[in-house]
Amino acid sequence: MNGESGFFPLVQISLQNTLFDVLPILAVLAFFQVIVLRKKVPHFRQIFTGLVLVVLGLAIFIVGLEQCIFPIGSHMADQLTTLSFLAKGNNHTIAALQSGTPISPSLYAWTYLFAFLIGFSTTLAEPALIAVAIKAREISTGAISEWGLRITVALGVAIGVTLGTYRIVTGNSLYLYLAIGYGFLLLQTWFAPKSIIPLAYDSGGVTTSTVTVPVLAALGIGLATNVPGRSPILDGFGLIAFASLFPMIAVMAYAMISEWRAKRKENNPVSNIQ
Amino acid sequence: MDLLKPLLHKLLSAFLDILPIIAVIIFFQLAVIQKPFPDIEQTVSGLILVVLGLFLFILGLENALFPMGERLAIQFAQRGNVLWLVLFGFALGFSTTIAEPALTVIANKAGQIAADSGAIQNKTESISSFVYGLRLTVAFSVGLAIAIGVIRIVKGWHLIWFILAGYGLIVLATFFAPKEIIGIAYDSGGITTSTITVPLVTALGIGLATTIRGRNPILDGFGLIALASLTPILFVMLFGMVVYGVEG
Repeated sequence: MNGESGFFPLVQISLQNTLFDVLPILAVLAFFQVIVLRKKVPHFRQIFTGLVLVVLGLAIFIVGLEQCIFPIGSHMADQLTTLSFLAKGNNHTIAALQSGTPISPSLYAWTYLFAFLIGFSTTLAEPALIAVAIKAREISTGAISEWGLRITVALGVAIGVTLGTYRIVTGNSLYLYLAIGYGFLLLQTWFAPKSIIPLAYDSGGVTTSTVTVPVLAALGIGLATNVPGRSPILDGFGLIAFASLFPMIAVMAYAMISEWRAKRKENNPVSNIQ
Repeated sequence: MDLLKPLLHKLLSAFLDILPIIAVIIFFQLAVIQKPFPDIEQTVSGLILVVLGLFLFILGLENALFPMGERLAIQFAQRGNVLWLVLFGFALGFSTTIAEPALTVIANKAGQIAADSGAIQNKTESISSFVYGLRLTVAFSVGLAIAIGVIRIVKGWHLIWFILAGYGLIVLATFFAPKEIIGIAYDSGGITTSTITVPLVTALGIGLATTIRGRNPILDGFGLIALASLTPILFVMLFGMVVYGVEG
């Protein structure tokens, strides 16, 4: 555990940053509690301890991410997209790629798999999504399971990010993808069970946060830098937009499938027995 | 001992949350890239910090952020003053966003792009006033979203109309917005809702929907985050139209 002592100054800096982010929120809360509501905070000590834990936990979490997951993530994204890795050391292929031969999108198969799995796994670790999933389970009295929601959302992010990396490789128009995606989303909203809509749209905003955004940004920029003919400024954007669009589609799709299966069971009691 | 058991359980579940990332990283490093880890000691201690941090955060979440959001909702609902509640929603949205580090990063990037494309002068003052304007715009739009969302919960209006109207306006604005700002606008929708804001705002919404008679927590309690990720897209594009001029 020698490394821990080296992390201490980093945790201190991160703690200062987190405190600085939390201060305006605390100021607003304190102002309304004292000036407007003029009520004592019940269980003040419990809440105060909890707040200390939130700030400390977030600060430590971020140092860990910055020391371990972000560097590895961007290093991998970079390695998987370099021409020498793609050509598997074959000098002839490298020369062909560099001379501007159109690249077959299938060459990037490992990148797509990496995008899918890293999108999926980082979303499962997203603290804000965990919070929403806990609340969803509580108020649905268990009908929406915590892991069920998180896995659905994570699958949505995974599909979105994979499609996003494919778009960067092929250089297709971002706006075309977004227009089709949002068009489909609105159509789906019209037909989905009404009670899932607020939660589905909340999931879109929640997924792209502390863990996912830096990893996706690194992936997008690494890809746009290494694929010949792409610019990091023009093509590096957009992965985050995809990662917030597809979870909404996924959550509504899940609810629609559940509703459809429940209806089929009702209409066809025989299949229920089998 | 009885106190320790739930804590150990929470520590284990924090480890399970991180496990998929560890598995993906190990698989790609060993099976695909086929090189040893560059700095194994730093990696392992970093992972320990990630698990520990998540554990502490979740612990604090259930002891502070959730009860705070819920109690505020109950106290506001008992007071019965919608105006103060709306002002509170706006202040909460604005204050959490203006200090958001991810927003600062994106705004700085946008400022650089604007200067490079010649839309604003490539001087430090004009760039920093662009960046500041962009941050204010996004913070205002999030404040507005929470304020509107709180009114929606109080009135019991269905979220779908706000979503349809909001995205309709976004599609419309995308046609007229300058190209340089569109990517930034869509990305800024996702990043404005931070890890501390989400639990607080979610608990506030659900607390309101539970306290106000006739509201359904599932149908009316969620949706604040949805609005808060929608309005920044629209307002950043409007900001772009003001700075760059309307695209023909």
